[in-house]
Amino acid sequence: MNIAVRCENLIKTYDTGGQKVTALNSVNLEIRLAELIMLVGPSGCGKTTLISVIAGILDQDAGLCELFGENLLTMKSKDKLRFRASQIGFVFQAFNLLPSLNAAENVSVPLIINGEKRGVAQKKAIDVLERVGLGERWKSFPSQLSGGQQQRVAIARALIHSPRLIVCDEPTSALDHASGHNIMNLLKEVAVDENRALVIVTHDSRIFNFADRMAEMDDGHIVKISEPLRTA
Amino acid sequence: MLMGDKGKYIGIVMGLTFASLIMTQQPAIFMGLMSRSYSFITDVGLPDIWVMDEKVQFIDDIKSLQDTELYRVRGVSGVEWAMPMYKGMQKARMSDGTFQNCTVIGLDDTTLIGAPAVLIEGKLNDLRRSDSVIVDFDGANEKLAKPPLIEGGKKIPLKVGDTLELNDKRAFVVGIAKVTRTFQSQPTIYTTYSRAKIYAPRERKLLSFVLVKAKAGQNIQELTKRIHANTGLAAYTQQEFMDLTFNYFMKNTGIPINFGISITLGFIVGAAIAGQTFYNFTLENLRQFGVLKAMGTSNWTLLRMILLQAILVGSTGYGMGVGLTALFGYAMRNSILAFKFPWQLLIFSGLGVSFICMFAALISILKVIRLEPAIVFKS
Ligand SMILES: Nc1ncnc2c1ncn2[C@@H]1O[C@H](COP(=O)(O)OP(=O)(O)O)[C@@H](O)[C@H]1O
Ligand SMILES: [Mg+2]
Repeated sequence: MNIAVRCENLIKTYDTGGQKVTALNSVNLEIRLAELIMLVGPSGCGKTTLISVIAGILDQDAGLCELFGENLLTMKSKDKLRFRASQIGFVFQAFNLLPSLNAAENVSVPLIINGEKRGVAQKKAIDVLERVGLGERWKSFPSQLSGGQQQRVAIARALIHSPRLIVCDEPTSALDHASGHNIMNLLKEVAVDENRALVIVTHDSRIFNFADRMAEMDDGHIVKISEPLRTA
Repeated sequence: MLMGDKGKYIGIVMGLTFASLIMTQQPAIFMGLMSRSYSFITDVGLPDIWVMDEKVQFIDDIKSLQDTELYRVRGVSGVEWAMPMYKGMQKARMSDGTFQNCTVIGLDDTTLIGAPAVLIEGKLNDLRRSDSVIVDFDGANEKLAKPPLIEGGKKIPLKVGDTLELNDKRAFVVGIAKVTRTFQSQPTIYTTYSRAKIYAPRERKLLSFVLVKAKAGQNIQELTKRIHANTGLAAYTQQEFMDLTFNYFMKNTGIPINFGISITLGFIVGAAIAGQTFYNFTLENLRQFGVLKAMGTSNWTLLRMILLQAILVGSTGYGMGVGLTALFGYAMRNSILAFKFPWQLLIFSGLGVSFICMFAALISILKVIRLEPAIVFKS
């Protein structure tokens, strides 16, 4: 099976003090293994909501969302936590590293959540930091690293436990053009794998050409899926 | 995680240090002060039983007896010996003409039972010489000290060989005694029972207490009952008289309430500072908690993390508070301040600090448990 994620008629409505906002209005989408898919569209169209449901940190109101054949909505919360811990990697716009941990410790966190010993996790973290070009900086704290470097640490953290799905929300928006470009190159190089799917939410048109496929959203819908000209 | 923000960490620890300092030091002063209420009784030490008027409520509440009561007590079976003691207030006139209220203790002329155990200067036997008195060390150095030779200089302590006047009668200082401070902050002057009569001419009855030693093998509790039955006087064991005095001060003075208020305030202020800072800290790091949650960390693990932090800051603050209290007590050891630091106090303040930490952790834990992991994608 080469389908990683299957969404059918996903509906999600936010209720903010009596006012209802429909963020997902019947979304249908298939994400394939080994691909880098970008979710694009204007601000407020529901991109973040969609990847939150896909990553199992937000429950939809209606519709089906299957990850590798599993329906997270009906899963027991304990199993869901374990599933998230082992199958999903996260990369955020604001990096979201833990400020009191050094780079290697930050990268170790997913392994530790999965029950790995600290020492083993640390060793592996330094290996992965090596792969993102920060092997020398494993002792640095987030505050001592540039934005691009912090995002590299975050990518190492998303990779270390070999998850089958990596979700990235605006990974380049907080970075300048060159750093953003480097981050995309890095993701393409180290994160894409035949057993893994990579979903990147972005409205940064400068990086569109890194995508294998692009899903354009508007107003809670997927309006178009395309395969952009590959220049990268 | 808490260590990441040094300022916050110090804030929380300071709050807890403050709370545990107040919760340890205030009760220590309180207990020290309260133990002074009966320190005269413990200082006298030797007698098993104190006999006095039935209406006496505490050690300084003197209701004098007829001298004949002494012989009636001596006549009770089981009594090894019974000695008189006078305790009263007299005005001492000092060399510069000013007056100072003093507690005068009159001891049995031959045995001097009830005399201070430690003399810093002089000999107890000299009390048998005419006109002689022994003055307590603190009194001699403070209230009975002579004015300085030069204006603004140090007062000159009263020494052996100096004289005082008690009711126009000469009193010759033959000794300086070390006694435990009492509630009454006046100097204490020891003399013999018969000389106390001379110093207190206007008092009709002088017998304040009859001090009793039980015969060997005599049950003391039974003897108190027998003395009471035979004489109609109140007879207390040393411990009973201490308790009577202690309870009187507990019930009839504002001291327990005042200390209760400061301890409660310390607790509340400590809880407020520590709880508030701890909670603020959690709020500021909500995103980090959200990230951990999204990455699959269970509420149970987050709860343990928060508890661990609470325990860490709690024990640091507690250690510092208790340490400061001990330092305080050490620094004050020779001063007028009362201070008593039994191990029970450590448990008391430890429980107080634990309570504050649990409270601080609890409000944070509730917040984190309710946290939706979806906040991680919010920018
Ligand atoms: N937690 C929330 N509560 C209420 N409304 C929300 C919440 N999150 C998102 N929304 C609303 O849902 C819509 C979709 O938001 P979002 O998924 O964040 O869009 P995007 O990521 O494409 O900018 C927006 O109108 C937004 O205001
Ligand atoms: Mg968004």
